[in-house]
Amino acid sequence: MTLLLNILVDGVAYGMVLFVMAVGLSITLGLMKFVNLSHGAFAMAGGYGVAVLVGSHGWNFWAALLVALIATGVFGAALEALILRHLYRRPELQQVLFTIGLTFFLVATANAIFGPQVRSIPLPASLSGSVDLGFRTLPTQRVFVLLAGVAAAALLTWIIARTRFGIWIRASVDHADAASGLGIPIRLVQCLSFGAGAALAGLGGVLGAELMPLEPYYPLKYLVLMLVVVAVGGMGSIPGSLCTALVLGTVDTASKYLVSEWGSLLFFVAMGLLLAWRPRGILTR
Amino acid sequence: MTTTSPAAAATEITPPRARAMPPPWRLPLATIAAAFVASLLWPDQLGLVGRIATTALLVLSLDLLVGYAGIATLGQAALFGVGAYGAGLFAQQVHGDPLLGLLVAAAAGACLAAASGAFLLRFEGFTLLMLTIAFAQILLSLASTFRGLTGGDDGLSDFTITPILGLWEFDLEGRVGAIYAVTVLAAGLYLSRRVANSPFGLSIRGIHESRARMAALGTPVRKRLIGIYALSGMLAGVSGAITAQINGIVGLDSLGFPLSAEALVMLVLGGAGNLSGSVIGASVFTLLHHTAASIDPYHWLFVIGIALMAVVLFPPAAMAQKVWARVRGTRNTTP
Repeated sequence: MTLLLNILVDGVAYGMVLFVMAVGLSITLGLMKFVNLSHGAFAMAGGYGVAVLVGSHGWNFWAALLVALIATGVFGAALEALILRHLYRRPELQQVLFTIGLTFFLVATANAIFGPQVRSIPLPASLSGSVDLGFRTLPTQRVFVLLAGVAAAALLTWIIARTRFGIWIRASVDHADAASGLGIPIRLVQCLSFGAGAALAGLGGVLGAELMPLEPYYPLKYLVLMLVVVAVGGMGSIPGSLCTALVLGTVDTASKYLVSEWGSLLFFVAMGLLLAWRPRGILTR
Repeated sequence: MTTTSPAAAATEITPPRARAMPPPWRLPLATIAAAFVASLLWPDQLGLVGRIATTALLVLSLDLLVGYAGIATLGQAALFGVGAYGAGLFAQQVHGDPLLGLLVAAAAGACLAAASGAFLLRFEGFTLLMLTIAFAQILLSLASTFRGLTGGDDGLSDFTITPILGLWEFDLEGRVGAIYAVTVLAAGLYLSRRVANSPFGLSIRGIHESRARMAALGTPVRKRLIGIYALSGMLAGVSGAITAQINGIVGLDSLGFPLSAEALVMLVLGGAGNLSGSVIGASVFTLLHHTAASIDPYHWLFVIGIALMAVVLFPPAAMAQKVWARVRGTRNTTP
């Protein structure tokens, strides 16, 4: 029973991290039909930002988190506005090549700036303790990850469902040309959602720093994980990404607890089955 | 732009131009000649020549899929790795003859490709891309799980390869290995060209340009695609086998995602859809890698990253055309 609960808590926390990291990529794919393989670099940027501000400059964790997320978002939006938007009309293969090249470049840059060793994010006192739930105790960090994931999912769902900007996004995902013909500022929608996706990925990088240690090869190492979540969840589908991330996160955690010698075999088998079952997204028939 | 789904965009990879087909022996002979000249110029770099030839064979196998059939895949390492492990295990358990090992690896690659293709090729575009990644990752997990058979992280290395035809033994200098790899590459190029020019190859190109039209014409589309996938698997398996036989070790990286991605990069660098691009791309990439990585592995990432972005922003073929047009233009204006 304890084992089951452990698997569930860790799996859901892992799934939340995956969701926060991948949801920006999913929106980018749905909105711009742009295959961005450098998305992991944003997660790395957010993580390194907090690690450096807190670890080397002694900032307060929350202030550092805020600044790092805003900086990552601005970096993503600038990248989109200056370079990536010119590639939206290119064939898929060229987008893949360009963003792989960009990832290689950023990996080398991260190594030049931060060095090849693993950086850890020092947690503030408010997050390093543990919470007593009555029937068992949980590390506060894990609770924070869960809450942050739920908050991000709720915020995104609210924006997409209730705000004017969300209507713009949905219209642009369905048919970009028609949406821009109706006067929706499509460039603004694309640029802002790209920046927001980058900032969320940065948050994922900070939240997941314990599970996925920060190092220069980070964007390449966890790229496949993010792509899997997006592909199985269906491009542009936020609930789909959330579902997929939770299912796959739990499957992966369970296989690490129960049959650790199989590595990530079960993860990819689950992915293959889900994709074969619903090739257009887990919630799309 | 929005009407082109990613799946449709994937098929927009420059289709092979309809022009007079080059004779099948030209590219293999040119490759052999180039390898000969290279080994005369740099006699101490024979190992590098062998490595370029095996890499070119892998990229060639990918060209048949991406360039000819329009199948986007990032899982070619699965076929390469199966060939490598197949040849290594065959030498370890059964017999050390390299040519027999090649046959075994070719069969292993082709069978695995046909079996996986029967499932994978029901999908297209981004879904297919992801499924090929997953397939390669599943094989990688299996290989690292069954370490009793594959050696796990340490690699499979306790096998010996007997001399080719009982005459030429693989030497440390890499001379025999280079000749062996270049010969097999030439044979692979010849076979690929013959296949590409055959009615089967033409139907593959037709499928690349329009699946619906070929299906309407009565071509068994799925069967043809599985056929080319099996052929590609055979060549990839052979490439893996040569790597295993020359190096005497098979590591888990032969099944890894970076290998698939690098092969695709080489293909696009050299130009997809005309077979010669695989040789050019593999040579350029491997030479760049060799030079840059000998300084510092991270320098290599800098170089290849910038090269990739530059190739996309300023495509070499289009640039060459522009330069050529300008040269021609000036020639026309100056009588």
